[in-house]
Amino acid sequence: MLTCASILCMHSLWLLTSRVRMFSRAAAAFKRVRFIPPSAQDGKGKLMGALVAGTAVAGGVAVCSADHVPSIDYGWNHHGLLASYDYPAVRRGFQVYREVCASCHALEHTYFRNLVGVTHTEEEVKKIAESYDVVDGPNAEGEMFERPGKLSDKIPGPYANKEAARAANNGAYPPDLSLITKARPGGVDYIFALLTGYIDPPEGKAILSGLNYNPYFPGGAIAMARQLQDGQLEYEDGTPATTSQMSKDVATFLAWAAEPEHDYRKKAGVQWIGALLVALALTGFYKRFRWSPLKTAKFHYVA
Amino acid sequence: MCWRWNKHLLTGILDSHIIDYPTPKNLNYMWSFGSTAGICLGIQMLTGIFLAMHYCPKMEYAFYSIEHIMRNVKYGWLIRYIHANGASMFFIVVYSHIFRGLYYGSYMYPRHYLWMSGVVIFILMMATAFMGYVLPWGQMSFWGATVITNLFSTIPFVGRDIVEWLWGGFSVNNPTLNRFFSLHYTLPFVIAGAAIVHLALLHDVGSNNPLGVEYYGDKISFYPYFYVKDLFSLFILLIVFSVFLYFFPNELNHPDNYVPADPLTTPAHIVPEWYFLPFYAILRSVPHKLGGVLAMGGAIVLLLILPYLNTSRVRSTYFRPLYAQAFWFLFFDFLFLGWIGQKEVAEPYTYLGIIATLYYFFFFLVLVPLLGILEEKLICYDVEKI
Repeated sequence: MLTCASILCMHSLWLLTSRVRMFSRAAAAFKRVRFIPPSAQDGKGKLMGALVAGTAVAGGVAVCSADHVPSIDYGWNHHGLLASYDYPAVRRGFQVYREVCASCHALEHTYFRNLVGVTHTEEEVKKIAESYDVVDGPNAEGEMFERPGKLSDKIPGPYANKEAARAANNGAYPPDLSLITKARPGGVDYIFALLTGYIDPPEGKAILSGLNYNPYFPGGAIAMARQLQDGQLEYEDGTPATTSQMSKDVATFLAWAAEPEHDYRKKAGVQWIGALLVALALTGFYKRFRWSPLKTAKFHYVA
Repeated sequence: MCWRWNKHLLTGILDSHIIDYPTPKNLNYMWSFGSTAGICLGIQMLTGIFLAMHYCPKMEYAFYSIEHIMRNVKYGWLIRYIHANGASMFFIVVYSHIFRGLYYGSYMYPRHYLWMSGVVIFILMMATAFMGYVLPWGQMSFWGATVITNLFSTIPFVGRDIVEWLWGGFSVNNPTLNRFFSLHYTLPFVIAGAAIVHLALLHDVGSNNPLGVEYYGDKISFYPYFYVKDLFSLFILLIVFSVFLYFFPNELNHPDNYVPADPLTTPAHIVPEWYFLPFYAILRSVPHKLGGVLAMGGAIVLLLILPYLNTSRVRSTYFRPLYAQAFWFLFFDFLFLGWIGQKEVAEPYTYLGIIATLYYFFFFLVLVPLLGILEEKLICYDVEKI
């Protein structure tokens, strides 16, 4: 019974804390709109705008912030109490990161060695690492030099520093991606919504040149243009590289990059909480056992 | 005669305070929060010591050293998540402990010093938790530190000087981070000392009990009765803790704190940790800078002087029907203030926040003194009628 109670408790906690707090019609409305393929959605800017405006009134303040559409729960493979990452997706996501995102975004907390046994085999990762030039040094002459990357290196970022990144991107700084799913409200849902959410700005919304409209981005005007187009890269495993497929894969990869301990954590949690439940049951028994003389004591008054 | 450990000067203290200590039999599970709070403090100190071995209190490295702990230190993520979520658990336990005291009248004579020592621990905890939140040097750390230290600038004439003295410079900067780390490491030991004082004051008069009626005979020893009872509560706490720790480790954190501190970019909303939200709501509900700070400080000072505001001679709320209404209203008012604290500053939240703040003060300044007198008068009236 205790186990049942705690499972129920954990389940309700999960319900409480999952991102689907938006039980209103608004969420359902967005869901319907969101699952229209992005290519087909381009012409629906007005509908989207109208929905945003409509649900802001109907759905109440909790759903819509003034300046952007909150992402919804897409039901990720790894979003269950006992669910692990979808590793083929993580591997494909790394490919998307490497071929698309890495031209502007760094992944500064991730080492090549972290990929071993997760996305690739050790041999594969060594080859990937060698394809990068890493600055090392100084050598015996006091000079910095470049050498092929090793497993122990961090994945090199595209820019030397923040200023260089800004200079190359019209003043906008492409944020580091290694913590991005932890560092944004909505996390992995937000990443997917953002990558697939580029549409024409609604009428009356002025977007400065150099910026792009994305309803999921706070303020709506984002410096990054739409990056993922259908068929833009070729997956090794033959998965059709649609925009939503690539977005899903790269979002899963970034979720892994932010929380590499995720799978082990959940597994350890089940074991540890299981052990605690046993301890709780035993202690409960022991408590009743020790207290039973007191609980069964009877005071008898004779008048 | 052989040596008897329970008569020895040192081990005898152990015996008389946690083994043979006479405890009222009718304590319910609400009395478990004291011991679990002590264990929370222990968990925080232990994990903190290990975190400090890998943490680097320097602006350029603080954020990276946290990520280093999370990724490269063996089980570093576990230690850090225990420490981060442990702070929340500590506050859940301590808030429950405080409301237990409010409900069962544990603040009343002869436990007034005991209650006040507890409020001092609570204030020390808030200071420690605040400084701990600054250490990861994320956006919310930096801006939280800026907002909270700036509260002192409202003090007339010397405010600015005090703030710069706290910062060790002209903005929240490297010296600020350094001293916060130093104090964050030191204060828990002060809290531990205060907790020993708290325990000594408790054992001086003995525990209150759900009926609030003193009786000196017929008590039971702490071990094994309350040892097992507290152990059971501890496992419940650890299970709740572990659910957060293993399945929702960042649910009580703010996403902005995974963005490195940037003095040039202000986050859209600066929110403190959840356990400060009720007091933060009180701060924001007063439309005057100094007034807000005074109200927030006053909200805690009221807790401190509560034994002297009280007029009731009946401790337990079981026997105080009017106070019971006021108490539960305060309880939900406090939760409501917490909810208000994390909303943006806009209607209707500001308006509702003002009402909730007014009730908080109304409870302590009017209801507590008034209901004590009123209830006694009504009882006398009722008795005379018979």
